[in-house]
Amino acid sequence: MNKDTLLEVNDLKVHFPAGRASAFGERLTVHAVDGISFRVPRQSTFGIVGESGSGKSTTAQAIMRLVPITAGRITLGDDDLTALRGDELRKARRHFQMIFQDPYSALNPRRRAGDLIREPLDLLEVGTATERAERLEALLKVVGLPPEAAMLFPHQFSGGQRQRLVIARALSTQPDLIVCDEPVSALDVAIQAQILNLLKRLQQQHGLTYVFISHDLGVVQHLCDEIAVMYLGQIVEQAPSAQLFAGPRHPYTWSLMTAAAPPGGLRQSLKQRFGLRGEPPSPINPPPGCRFAGRCPFADDRCRKETPQLAVSKPGHFVACHKTEEVSAAGSSIMAAA
Amino acid sequence: MPPVLEIDNLSVTLQQASSAGMQAVPVLENLSFSVEAGKTIALVGESGCGKSMTALAIMGLLPEGFQIAQGSIALEGQDVAHLPDAALRQLRGNRMSMIFQEPMTALNPVYTVGDQISEALRLHQGLSRQDARERAIAMLRAVQIPAPERRIDVYPHQMSGGMRQRVMIAMALACRPRLLIADEPTTALDVTVQAQIFDLLREMQQEIGTAIVLITHDLSAVADITDEVAVLYAGRCIEQGPTATILSQPQHPYTRGLIASVPHLRLGEAAAQPSEPLEEIPGMVPGLGKRGQLCGFAPRCRFAAGACLETPPPMTAGSAGHRVACWHPQGEAA
Repeated sequence: MNKDTLLEVNDLKVHFPAGRASAFGERLTVHAVDGISFRVPRQSTFGIVGESGSGKSTTAQAIMRLVPITAGRITLGDDDLTALRGDELRKARRHFQMIFQDPYSALNPRRRAGDLIREPLDLLEVGTATERAERLEALLKVVGLPPEAAMLFPHQFSGGQRQRLVIARALSTQPDLIVCDEPVSALDVAIQAQILNLLKRLQQQHGLTYVFISHDLGVVQHLCDEIAVMYLGQIVEQAPSAQLFAGPRHPYTWSLMTAAAPPGGLRQSLKQRFGLRGEPPSPINPPPGCRFAGRCPFADDRCRKETPQLAVSKPGHFVACHKTEEVSAAGSSIMAAA
Repeated sequence: MPPVLEIDNLSVTLQQASSAGMQAVPVLENLSFSVEAGKTIALVGESGCGKSMTALAIMGLLPEGFQIAQGSIALEGQDVAHLPDAALRQLRGNRMSMIFQEPMTALNPVYTVGDQISEALRLHQGLSRQDARERAIAMLRAVQIPAPERRIDVYPHQMSGGMRQRVMIAMALACRPRLLIADEPTTALDVTVQAQIFDLLREMQQEIGTAIVLITHDLSAVADITDEVAVLYAGRCIEQGPTATILSQPQHPYTRGLIASVPHLRLGEAAAQPSEPLEEIPGMVPGLGKRGQLCGFAPRCRFAAGACLETPPPMTAGSAGHRVACWHPQGEAA
């Protein structure tokens, strides 16, 4: 493994049982994550975007070892996370932490903020009691909260302040990797900027590596170095941020971009070519062929029969689509006309 | 013809017990705006700025303790601010209706979607069960729900979030209301579905000629479908004008902050540039009863000085219906 790679995910699959079709019918399986692979270099931010049901949150939970992994391998530094069990896993957890979407449900309402932030240190028995108290004060300062905050309960904080508490808790064990699952989508716009700037500053100061999950392309572009676009459990396109937004090569990425494009003439012309109808199919027994074919304006018979594989399209740019050339040409002609 | 909705100098207060007895805490102060038929106004601001309270005041649904202290709300010239409950019930779901943020909690889980759409039709238009059902199917078709003849008999939990919001829209528009209030109708939905819902609202509006009050915290997301924007801060309107003007030449530091704090997607060549740090608005919206008489934004504003700390800023009219309440409006360079 490359020395600069911190996290490596290899052919990860997470399937959930979904009962039976009928009393004696076949067993149904939700293919939440269906064979994804990526690498995250140290001190970089890897973004995962997609609609709800695309498997992005399940991927985050799998990396955190919070859901059972059906197949595949996740390596953090030199540790094979998928092989860890029990006490070993618990000890390893100090190296990877998570920031949750909803700061209202991620904090125990009956415990004081200081206890909540110190809890990982207490559980992992890091340092002496005095050292932990000092660390708590430092953590509050790092996320921009006054020392008095330690004595308050979660309901005494605003949404943005609660997210700061969640971030302080994630930082407490000095992790290498932080998985952020939609960390700003529950917050007001003006507060989102505060939290995004804080995350960026912390990354520089502490050399953190982020896996950043979001459905907001603007946010992802702002923060991420590399981006994977997921659709129905699979990565359909992956590229460095600048390259991806300069010229996507998968029709689904174009559709996402269209929905998030700044208002105006460009958005209108993109919408005519790439605007999406309908919603993703069910992840229970997904259709054969390309999973996006049913909503894709470019799909033909081959797309509905033959599953496209994620392949190198340009250096560093991976796409799973039979129609890459046609899609890029259509997209760039619209962009050039604008 | 009067505008569909005309709000004049509206103030809403909350009666709160304090050491000095009952006290009226201002919630909305001197709000004025109007919407013509077929037009859309966006109310923009953070949580706690009074957007939803404005909506509830219009619908006559203010929670207990809140009351309209002064001003008028006119629906096609008729004052609805002081109507008795029975008369309001005649209006709601009929001449004015509302779409809520979370379609799962706004729909009744124990009735089929068909029953819920038919209810307004039978109540307000006196349709028979059969006729109401047919109209409900037509409404579901109009909001682009596939196989409406089958979908009419399903329960809300059997539908996806996007489908449920379409049902909410069908329900709100079933009686062809003159006024529709949409309170963050797409916040709970995926981006691709958001775009579909906004398109749908626009189409239905053109067909029926409804006036829409759209409540949102994301200005750029709704720019395409709104004609006018009113920015609220701490219960007061601080800037108002045509959408294009507000977006390209915002003058109030709060409006400018709101626009600058959202990371806007950069496409094509601009995507290759490294991202600039986001501008943030420090602090947060002051709570009820902590607003004072002066400019409510002054404590968070980096331009606050002199007059800001002495006299409340008046609403001053600029060009083409652009109005701003600020002692230090910012120039045109965004």
